[in-house]
Amino acid sequence: MHIKHKSYRAAAGGRLHVLGEFSIAVALGEVAALVGPSGCGKTTLLRIIVGLDHDFEGNVRLPAHGRLGVVFQEPRLLPWRTVEDNVRLAAPQASDATLNALFATLGLAEHRRHYPGELSLGLARRVALARAFAVEPELLVLDEPFVSLDAALAARLRAELVELVSRRPVTTLLVTHDIEEATGLADRVFLLSASPARVLAEMPIQHPRSAQTVDQLASIREEIKRKTSASP
Amino acid sequence: MNLALRLISIALLLAAWFAGSHIVGTRLFPEPQTVGLAIAQEARSGALAFNLGVTLARVVVSFTIAMALGTAIGLAMGRVPTFDQLADPWLVVLLNLPALVIIVLAYVWAGLTETAAIAAVALNKLPIATVTVREGARALDRTLDEMATVFHMSVWVRLRHVVLPQLAPYLAAAARSGLSLVWKIVLIVELLGRPNGVGFEIGVAFQLFDVTRILAYALAFVAVMLAIETFLVQPVERHVSRWRSRPA
Repeated sequence: MHIKHKSYRAAAGGRLHVLGEFSIAVALGEVAALVGPSGCGKTTLLRIIVGLDHDFEGNVRLPAHGRLGVVFQEPRLLPWRTVEDNVRLAAPQASDATLNALFATLGLAEHRRHYPGELSLGLARRVALARAFAVEPELLVLDEPFVSLDAALAARLRAELVELVSRRPVTTLLVTHDIEEATGLADRVFLLSASPARVLAEMPIQHPRSAQTVDQLASIREEIKRKTSASP
Repeated sequence: MNLALRLISIALLLAAWFAGSHIVGTRLFPEPQTVGLAIAQEARSGALAFNLGVTLARVVVSFTIAMALGTAIGLAMGRVPTFDQLADPWLVVLLNLPALVIIVLAYVWAGLTETAAIAAVALNKLPIATVTVREGARALDRTLDEMATVFHMSVWVRLRHVVLPQLAPYLAAAARSGLSLVWKIVLIVELLGRPNGVGFEIGVAFQLFDVTRILAYALAFVAVMLAIETFLVQPVERHVSRWRSRPA
């Protein structure tokens, strides 16, 4: 247990109550998904965790060195640098071999010399993923990384993400409003309420990602639906 | 730009000049070929190259100082609101102080020296560069800034790869307007208190009522600045904005 954890009240603007008493714990090497309706403060929560928002009460404990890999909702690439430079600037210590492997896995090998303006959104998202993995993070934070992509492409990127995570296990925090995405990727799912966000339920998902069957996923989704409707 | 159109435009200008000098009289407004001969004569004696060189050196040094300081101050003012409020009145004073006042005061306080001349020119250009860069600094993309924070990018990497590329269009605008402003002010500085340079030569010619010489030096220097614009400023701009050239 390394990210141990935080309970805090965050206020933004005119003391708007975004997050209630709130605490989660994620074990080292675990993939956790935060699922909740849009506007419930998921992004605010992530901003606090990665240290972009300091206006809150409580505390956040990160793994030892706190090396972060973040994938924002938008790719947030430097438009004036090539794909490769974008990754290298964020991860100057990454070896050529690591980068080659990353680019190969994500299908970016022939796009290394391209500028972000020449890429489709799907490709730009992959670059953002590559950048986050290249820093070899101790905590990987993904903020709805597959939103506004068509279903087929999102599925492919999810598969690529699973492959990357299984190759090099890393503590991961995934925010999404898509229950399927959460159950497909995570070891542990936190269900959040509408704003101010609280944890409604925490459910471990025992089956290894690759071995999940359609039935198992369906039953998990049923359970989630039950829990969501049970608590107001 | 279309080369043929450019040439036609220059030919028309020469024709208008030729016609104008015949209407006004060649003493007040000498013909193009007379001015051309004067340029050739000055070039042969070596005076042209020397004066152009001296003036160009002053332009380069004062321009560099003004741009470097202006960028640093503008960036700080755009990012730090307290500093912005502190420095803004100074900026307004400097912006509205006539160039001539700054030059005269510089010469009075520091003597008729090279330092005073350079400082006066730089001080004239500084507030304009500062204001332009400040606008750029205010428009910096916060989301990229956050990205740089999250990935623990060093100060140098941030400046070089995140901030400066965003400021590039503003820097280019400041440099463009700055270069033409600076060389005009350099001429005045030379006229008032330097023993050489294009401005000094024009001052001498003015006292001798030698319009040919005035035009000769003015045109020669315009040609130099045009060359700098074409062979230095534009290629640099193209290189800096290469990522824009090919849309998705």
